[in-house]
This record gives sequence, structure tokens and C-alpha cells, in this order.
Amino acid sequence: MNIQTRDEGKTTVVSITGKIDAMTAPAFETALIDLIGQGHLSLALDLGGVEYISSAGLRVILASAKSLKDKDGLLLLANPRGPVKEVFDISGFGSVFNIHDSVEAALEAAG
Amino acid sequence: MNTSSSNMSVPASLDRLQDVMAFVEAGAEAAGVPPTKRSGLCLAVEEAFVNICSYAFPDGQGEIEVARFANDEAFVLEIKDKGPEFNQLSVPEPDLSIPLEQRQIGGLGVHFIRNFTDRADWRRENDRNILRLTVTLGEKGRPS
Repeated sequence: MNIQTRDEGKTTVVSITGKIDAMTAPAFETALIDLIGQGHLSLALDLGGVEYISSAGLRVILASAKSLKDKDGLLLLANPRGPVKEVFDISGFGSVFNIHDSVEAALEAAG
Repeated sequence: MNTSSSNMSVPASLDRLQDVMAFVEAGAEAAGVPPTKRSGLCLAVEEAFVNICSYAFPDGQGEIEVARFANDEAFVLEIKDKGPEFNQLSVPEPDLSIPLEQRQIGGLGVHFIRNFTDRADWRRENDRNILRLTVTLGEKGRPS
């Protein structure tokens, strides 16, 4: 798993590539906690390069969303591909998150 | 009917997950499980493996055995541990309608085990927990 970040206005785009599984989820969590701690309170996760996600990864997304919500921040999910999309659907994530088809759409939603 | 079987054993430790995944992937591919179903099966296996590491062997001492079987109709995995009796399939389904702030993620792994396989069964045999995961081959399986 690799993580890259870039700022787009007030939103930080976090691009993740590879697998988010039980082994890599702790590094994913640390990266998000660090960003939030540094005051990046509007995060857009670009999932276009993620080929696999398990419940360990969903747990990190959920915890980060809760943490951001407590700080009046925002977590946006963008660009999930086939298997990741299917995991989101089956987990019910689609009903608790606004999932955007592209990073551009997520940034637009962030305002 | 062509049949084949093989098995492996690893310490119950998260850093061996990759070995188990490679074993499952290779077997599923050879058995002709289509790629989308293979990906779902790997997810189910990860969830089961992680559950066993945490409930059966919280201090990291133990072995997990994985056996794979294939015939013309199905690819079957059995994941076995000698931990205390525990049916991970008995964990209640998560309530997916609860708002984000109140949501607990527990149970999601088992939800995936059920949803990404065509069949999941548990039994206790010779002091071992045996979780059996089945994916059917061909037209009869879960639409993907």
C-alpha cells in the first residue's frame, strides 16, 4: 500500500494504491490520524488505485470519519473500483457515506 | 470427476496472512474460480483468519491449518484451529441501517464471510474449530 497527499484548496486529497488489508490497515490509520492531527479536516480519499479492502480498512475509514465529524471536518470517498465498490455495497457503506465517482465530484461536494 | 486437494499450516499470526492468501489464490485459480469470485473468497479468508488470530490465539501461540479441495462443481476451503470452541458464524449480523455516529463495525467480517462465499459452515471436530467455505463453479454460483 502507498499513500500520497496533495492539497486542492481547503481539501486534502489522499491517494491510496494497493491493498488495504489487516496487515496494511495500521499504516493507513496512522497516516489519516497524522493528517487530522496536523489540521487537515477536509479529506478526500481517492480510492482509484485500491484493488482490495477488508473490514480492517473499513474500520479505519469509519473511525476517521467519526474523528473528523467531532472536529466539524469532512471525509469524502471518491473513485472506488470494482471489488472495493462491491465491499462498500455489501457493508452498507453506501448508505452512510456519500461516495463520489471521481475526485473532482468529491471536491465539488466539499465546496 | 476431477478432484484435487492440498493443505498448509501456519502460525496464527497476522504476518502469515499473505502466505495463506497466496495458497488460496493459487488453488482457486487452478480450480477455475473466476477472478471476481476469487477476490471475494480472499476477503472471506482474511476475515476468518483475522478472527481466529484474535479469538482463538490472543497471545499469538497456535497454528492455523488451511485445506483446499476442488472438483468440477466447487472449490472448498477448510480453515482449522485448536483454539477454544467458537463458531464465528454465530456472531450477529451488523445493523447496516444505523447512522454513522452510532455504528459499530463488529460483525462486518462475518457478514463478508457469508456474502462473499456461496456457503459457509462451521463444525467442532476432534477439539478443533473447522470453518468450511465453499464457492461453486460455473453458472450456479453467486452472480458477480
